[in-house]
Amino acid sequence: MIKVIDIHKSFGDEEVLKGISTTFEKGKTNIIIGQSGSGKTVFMKCLLGLFEPDSGEIIYEGTAIQDMDKDEKSELRKQMGMLFQGGALFDSMNIEENVMFPLLMFSKKSKPEMLDRVNEVLKRVNLVNVNKKLPAEISGGMQKRVAIARAIVNNPKYLFCDEPNSGLDPRTATVIDNLIQEITQEYDITTVVNTHDMNSVMEIGETIIFLKDGKLMWSGDKTKIFKTDNEAVTDFVYSSDLFKKIRDAQQNESK
Amino acid sequence: MKYLRDIGSYFIMLKQVFIRPTKTSVLKNLIFKEINDLIVNSLGIVVFISFFVGSVIAIQTALNMDNPLVPKSLIGFATRQSVLLEFAPTFISIIMAGKVGSFITSSIGSMRVTEQIDALEVMGINSLNYLVFPKIIALLFYPFIIIISMTMGIFGGWIAAVQGGYSSASDFALGLQEDFVPFHIVYAFIKTFVFAIILATVPSWQGYYMTGGALEVGKASTNSFVWTSVLIILANFIITQMLLG
Repeated sequence: MIKVIDIHKSFGDEEVLKGISTTFEKGKTNIIIGQSGSGKTVFMKCLLGLFEPDSGEIIYEGTAIQDMDKDEKSELRKQMGMLFQGGALFDSMNIEENVMFPLLMFSKKSKPEMLDRVNEVLKRVNLVNVNKKLPAEISGGMQKRVAIARAIVNNPKYLFCDEPNSGLDPRTATVIDNLIQEITQEYDITTVVNTHDMNSVMEIGETIIFLKDGKLMWSGDKTKIFKTDNEAVTDFVYSSDLFKKIRDAQQNESK
Repeated sequence: MKYLRDIGSYFIMLKQVFIRPTKTSVLKNLIFKEINDLIVNSLGIVVFISFFVGSVIAIQTALNMDNPLVPKSLIGFATRQSVLLEFAPTFISIIMAGKVGSFITSSIGSMRVTEQIDALEVMGINSLNYLVFPKIIALLFYPFIIIISMTMGIFGGWIAAVQGGYSSASDFALGLQEDFVPFHIVYAFIKTFVFAIILATVPSWQGYYMTGGALEVGKASTNSFVWTSVLIILANFIITQMLLG
């Protein structure tokens, strides 16, 4: 579980996060939604410890990240897996080396044991016979799956996903969404997904927080988000024509 | 103000490079890879340029010797002095600022824009140690390149002088040995060592702290070449004044 208490973050005169408090629960897919510029990425980078909040606390299993020394932070990061927007696979390494990288860095396993684990997680994300390929030789969807495999290879306690569906076709996006949810439940980890894709919210949004202008405007789950009266949320949710038409159709049916 | 901030961030980077080291077995492989990329892959261009520049130095010296009283051995002497003191350590370093410096900046810069550096940090790895430390160690082998350059420069001068009929082999060899000061070799290698540190760290700093996209990677590579060259020229002046002045 990750608890966030009243965090603020500014860059120069611009305050990007204005006092966000929330809780991300274990074994659930926690989604952060909001428009571009709402502070989602800065918020996630604060959670990851890449940015230090100006004030407030981020508490991992009872210990605030601000109170940890460098070694404790380093240990915490070894328990984190991160799926970056573009995959962030290492160009110079093949798929097998990319997935093996966290093991090579932190585990004391032998090479054959590492290879077994790599093949196991690659199989888990439905990738076979790609071990020796370079990231540039596989599709965007496959790169995302390799990035998920790399994120989970070291059995993390926390999985962070930044815009996991960006640049993917709807079918592949659904595959990635479902994979994230399955892995969250299977490994019983705390997953935080940063997205502005409402399809993802509908697929996997077990708990959802909505950010606008650096403030937390709403929190709930996927069943409540379409029924809320919060104007900021409805503006965001129904900004797509598709969702507007669905809402209109539902309203017509109920009449 | 910006320059002061940049200088500060450069020295902070240097400090970060040496703390929280990467696992030794991984680091060893990275160092071998960097030696291959930065040193071995530069040998071809260094040999080519050194040979022909050495040849041109010999020919130019010969063509500018109008006075029959000036001994032919001067061609060997001038070639040796030019190659050992300036051409091999300094001008090869400027060329390397273009070749190796741009490579370092663009490779680290590309990792920055594609979030690969963030990925390293999230995994709890000191990205500066992982990326920059192996380059510094690899470039400690840089004097090896300069030895090759000195050898090829003088060899090129000898071929041009003897085969071009400007000097006999014995006159050229005599010139090579004339008034030889062993400290000049020490001076050349002290310079080379300082230039190696500049070559490893300035382009790394440019790549690591860049922001933006592909266009900015190109700009950072250009800046890297400019600043590495400027610092090499300035360091050359200061070291020469201190050691030979």
